Amino acid sequence: MSIQFSLKGKGGKGVAKQLETICITTGPVEVGDYVTLNIGPIHPAMHGTLRVITKTDGETIVSAKPEIGYLHRGVEKLGENLTYSQFLPITDRLNYCSAICNNVAYEMAVEKLLGLQVPPKAQLIRMIMMELARIADHQVCVGILGVDLGALTPFFYLIIQREEIYEIFEWHHGARLTNSMGAIGGVEADLPERFHEKWPKLRDTIRKANDETDKLLTHNRIWMDRTIGVNAFCADDALNWGFTGPMLRACGVKRDLRKEEPYLMYDEVNFEIPTGKHGDVFDRYMVRMLEMEESVKIIDQAYALYKELPEDAPLMKKVPKIIKPPEGQIYHAIESPNGELGFFIKSDGSDKPYRIKIRPPCYMVYQAFEDLVKGEMISDLIACLSSLNVIAGELDR
Amino acid sequence: MKFQAIQGEGWLLTKAEQLINWGRSRSPWPFPYGTACCGIELMCALASGYDMARFGAERVAFTPRQCDVLIEAGTITKKMVPVLKRIYAQMAEPKWVIAVGACACSGGVFRTYSTQQGIGSVIPVDIYIPGCPPRPEGILYALLKLIDKIEADHPLYKQRPKLIEALEAYK
Amino acid sequence: MSLKDRVADILGKDLVALNEFRGDLCIEVPKGRIVQVLAKLKEEGGFDFLSDLFGVDNLDLYAKAAKKKKKSQEESEDTGETKGKESVQPRFEVIYLLLSLSTNERLQVMVRVPEDDLELPTVTGLWKAANWPEREVFDMFGIRFKGHPNLRRLLMWDEFQDHPLRKDYPLEGKGEERHLNYDIA
Repeated sequence: MSIQFSLKGKGGKGVAKQLETICITTGPVEVGDYVTLNIGPIHPAMHGTLRVITKTDGETIVSAKPEIGYLHRGVEKLGENLTYSQFLPITDRLNYCSAICNNVAYEMAVEKLLGLQVPPKAQLIRMIMMELARIADHQVCVGILGVDLGALTPFFYLIIQREEIYEIFEWHHGARLTNSMGAIGGVEADLPERFHEKWPKLRDTIRKANDETDKLLTHNRIWMDRTIGVNAFCADDALNWGFTGPMLRACGVKRDLRKEEPYLMYDEVNFEIPTGKHGDVFDRYMVRMLEMEESVKIIDQAYALYKELPEDAPLMKKVPKIIKPPEGQIYHAIESPNGELGFFIKSDGSDKPYRIKIRPPCYMVYQAFEDLVKGEMISDLIACLSSLNVIAGELDR
Repeated sequence: MKFQAIQGEGWLLTKAEQLINWGRSRSPWPFPYGTACCGIELMCALASGYDMARFGAERVAFTPRQCDVLIEAGTITKKMVPVLKRIYAQMAEPKWVIAVGACACSGGVFRTYSTQQGIGSVIPVDIYIPGCPPRPEGILYALLKLIDKIEADHPLYKQRPKLIEALEAYK
Repeated sequence: MSLKDRVADILGKDLVALNEFRGDLCIEVPKGRIVQVLAKLKEEGGFDFLSDLFGVDNLDLYAKAAKKKKKSQEESEDTGETKGKESVQPRFEVIYLLLSLSTNERLQVMVRVPEDDLELPTVTGLWKAANWPEREVFDMFGIRFKGHPNLRRLLMWDEFQDHPLRKDYPLEGKGEERHLNYDIA
């Protein structure tokens, strides 16, 4: 489609000839006519060190190449030089929005290597803490998605709830953000006493904050215009690109590692797996909001199971001080808030791992970024980047 | 009010300096350079729980040209160092830098091939906050210390050429 | 049919070795046949999801084994016979983690890559998910992938020369720095 109009008799003969026909085409233009727009690696969307080099034709994106590695800290090489227990605090710094999930994933991988089974009380405490971390991660993701699209208020409501969850973490193992919870073999401390009074109130305030966010956003005309239909992605493509987690569930594939390959005691609690239909930004937002609700249900059931256990049930399995697993290699994955977080550990019989490979969920998602945003506009790119929940610490390791 | 007021420690000069320092210290607009985990604590410090706006950091400027304080929160890798230098150079005078967290102070837990061991060797830092990550109260305390530092500054004194010389050495 | 039997059935001759540890099955396939093997596993075996792809450097393992062998040779005073059996093992391994979405079974497929022939065919034709992991293996180990659409460094900066995850590269690096050519004005 092309629109032609001419400017005759303006600005003298020479200029008029040049300006005679200005052709506006909306079809493909030759290479070299695009505007290169560099977004990042420090930009207001508060996602850390992500860089996207886009070529735009006006507002429409023709190509968007992500560049990563600005937070590559050499975690895997560091793991080869630290012992198994020394590596645990490093795993916090991977997905720092929900550090407990990384800790538990690593501990479970080492326990699989050792062939250990953790006592049930520790499993339930791990489950409760992991689901709280999942709620916290989704809160910050939905909050930041709002901030990037201009809706600042839900961020403040959700961050206050995240502070409440931080309080529980502090009571249990002493740290707000980089938790290093538990140890290889179990959990080091029981649920704090104040948790028993706090949880009934906290579940109501979490639900209330989610309801308020829902009221502000879900049926909001501006929100719906900006998120429905943006970056729709089909399920086959998503599986080919290696998507897992809320991104895959938003495309309509009902897959959750907690149901498919149950670990800890997830097969003894009932919960639903919310799925979307089109895979657009709105579906990802709704999947996260509904998952928060499911997490509250899981914590309730796990807490009920926890109360049935005797007070002096063991919290940790006997593990030697210096852990020397037998030779071999394993892979263990859990469902972190972003998707399938896996640890591949190869042991050579010594007290340090020979090779640790971390499978970050947002790595597979972010490499499909060009396919996701091609043909969209620049503001849709910002919405897409926020909804992917790419955490640079996990992406670059 | 003779020439002594301009060349020496005159009353007019100190009062003018106090006025300038009062204006600068009461509104340090931050540039949140959040890269890693400390960035989340910085976000919590800016949000409603530990509000940083009540100390003057009201407008969180996302462009370096309009900010006063570069709050560097998180690990800086060697790939990122030129970006940090460029953003620091784009800031307009007067500018200050707060290094939040162990990674920004000295490389932190990550003594590896790709992590810059502290940003002090890249840009001049005014306040260091240790912690991994520091609590949001720590970041607020650092902002208050920076306000004290700005109030004790001498912007009109002849020390300025020496300071400019030291800054040139970093480029 | 158990997973072991099914895999042996599908692959036939291509299966070089099979190892099971703590419930995880790891198979080794020859280097030149990796794309065909993965295609067979994808179509007939039902392993339609590529979870991850990465490399392992076995330098230290072989050094340790060689030291142990030397020690045991000295202890048993055995000089002539075992010398000829010392072979240079392929230094690198590339491991593909596959998952079957219908049966939830996982499989580790391993290829050995010798140091003097650091090339593998790419599997981005089968799964687009292999795009960045292959770039990362190239960045960290130096193994090239033939046919990859964009084989550039991923995590380190473009002008970086070495391959960090190799065992002979020190943890604290060799003091490299990144310099960009523009004036800070």
